[in-house]
Amino acid sequence: MQDAATIVMHSAPPAAPGAGRERWRALARNAFPFIVVGTLWEIVAWAGLFPHQLFPTLEEIARAFVDLTIAGILPHHAIETLLRLLAGFSFAASFGVSIGMLMGRSRRAEDCMLPLVSILAPIPGLAYTPLFLLWFGPGEVSAVLLVGFVSMFPVIYNTWTGVKAVKEIWLRSAQSMGASDRRIFRHVILPGALPYILTGLRLGLGQAWRILVAVEMLAAVPWGLGWLIFGAREFLNTDAMMAGVIVIALIGLALEKFVFQKLERYTVVRWGMVTAS
Amino acid sequence: MIRGGITLIAAALAYEALARSGIFAQVLLPTIPTVLRTLYAMMLDGTMPLHAAYTLYRVLFGFFLAVTFALPLGIAMARFKRVENFFLPLVSALMPIPSFSLVPLFMLWFGIGNLTTILIVFYAASFPMLFNTWSGVRSVNPLWLRAAGSMGADEQRLFWKVIIPGASPFIITGMRQAFLRCWIAVVGAEMIAASDWGLGWVIFDAKEFLNADVMLASLIVIGAIGFLFERLVFGSLERFTVYRWGMVRMAKG
Repeated sequence: MQDAATIVMHSAPPAAPGAGRERWRALARNAFPFIVVGTLWEIVAWAGLFPHQLFPTLEEIARAFVDLTIAGILPHHAIETLLRLLAGFSFAASFGVSIGMLMGRSRRAEDCMLPLVSILAPIPGLAYTPLFLLWFGPGEVSAVLLVGFVSMFPVIYNTWTGVKAVKEIWLRSAQSMGASDRRIFRHVILPGALPYILTGLRLGLGQAWRILVAVEMLAAVPWGLGWLIFGAREFLNTDAMMAGVIVIALIGLALEKFVFQKLERYTVVRWGMVTAS
Repeated sequence: MIRGGITLIAAALAYEALARSGIFAQVLLPTIPTVLRTLYAMMLDGTMPLHAAYTLYRVLFGFFLAVTFALPLGIAMARFKRVENFFLPLVSALMPIPSFSLVPLFMLWFGIGNLTTILIVFYAASFPMLFNTWSGVRSVNPLWLRAAGSMGADEQRLFWKVIIPGASPFIITGMRQAFLRCWIAVVGAEMIAASDWGLGWVIFDAKEFLNADVMLASLIVIGAIGFLFERLVFGSLERFTVYRWGMVRMAKG
């Protein structure tokens, strides 16, 4: 997901002073493809190639978006989805980092966990959905646990790699200078592994976001954007569906711009250990 | 290797003890022999191979479509400024939309079954493929291009002998990521846009009848296929192209 962020960054106009005209041109250049696609959409919608119900015009989608936002329905769904994402991701982050740390530091923990992790991780997360629904019942608990469980794996992997990648010589020099285990952990291992951990967290959050929508469709939660889209299908409310997709896209973009990018820059600048890709 | 085996056996024993202890209902937590027996029976009567075949057909078709669409587009975007200017804003707007959120919409448009699933797979796979190809071609060392140009290579030779091998590590990484996404997308799409066949559908359908053994058996098959593709197909693809051309793997991730 950070990939898209780079693209957005790349296509953003450079903010040079006195280059107002240049900025407008860049804006127009970015808007042009959307205008083309929007016009095509309008033409197809008006031409009636598809039933109107299934292919609404852009005005109708915009109206549905505004109406649902004013009525408070769309924000409510979005907030529920975000809370669920947060809950699932905090679960993944806390467990993933602890397990990964343990695996990196202790040989025994590594022997215990690695086979399990490498068997469970490659199974697509959504395949666990019915099992979780069966075990924990449909609803909130299953959804949060599932999102947490699935996004935990990249966090575990990267934390583990990060802890293992801390140079042996740093550890030994800290030790010979008389640092206690605690200090070594706090001042050597943690900063050394942090770029990896943050990468893991970023990947985990991306994964959580990608499957959350589907989980909401399947787990019968009362509110949530996935549920909104899925429910709207029953009533052929294509405009409400499109409005939901737009909100999902906006949240996805915001996650990239304000979370992933910030995380990346923070590590790159602060530790100078990762090169900007 | 041996230690890993011991861990797995211990985990299996713990699971077996839990399943037999009767704390949870037997239907929800079937014993391992039950699961294996179900898997064996489904293999024998041909349902499991058929489900797997349907899923593989969808995933490979979608993946193939994504590669044939995204590879040329990615190259074109990297080579021609105008193409890049047009598609980059669109791509960056569409990329953050998770593929599953389009499933209900596609179900309305294309009905339930193969077409919807294949298109979702296509959508999911296109972006990693496109993005990696684009950045791969862009990251080809300009020095090589100029060197080849000054040695009199024409446009075509430049493309096949310099740009494609130079971008290959990224392209292969893109394929790998794309296939991973495909594999996730196909299972999810099959669950939501239920048809009659497919591994995702079996799992979800088994829930209705509390057939946890069928679910676990299908999970085993899904895991095995994913693992095989990742290790065998992409592993050997990488060996035959990237390593052979002496390109070091750079992008990972």
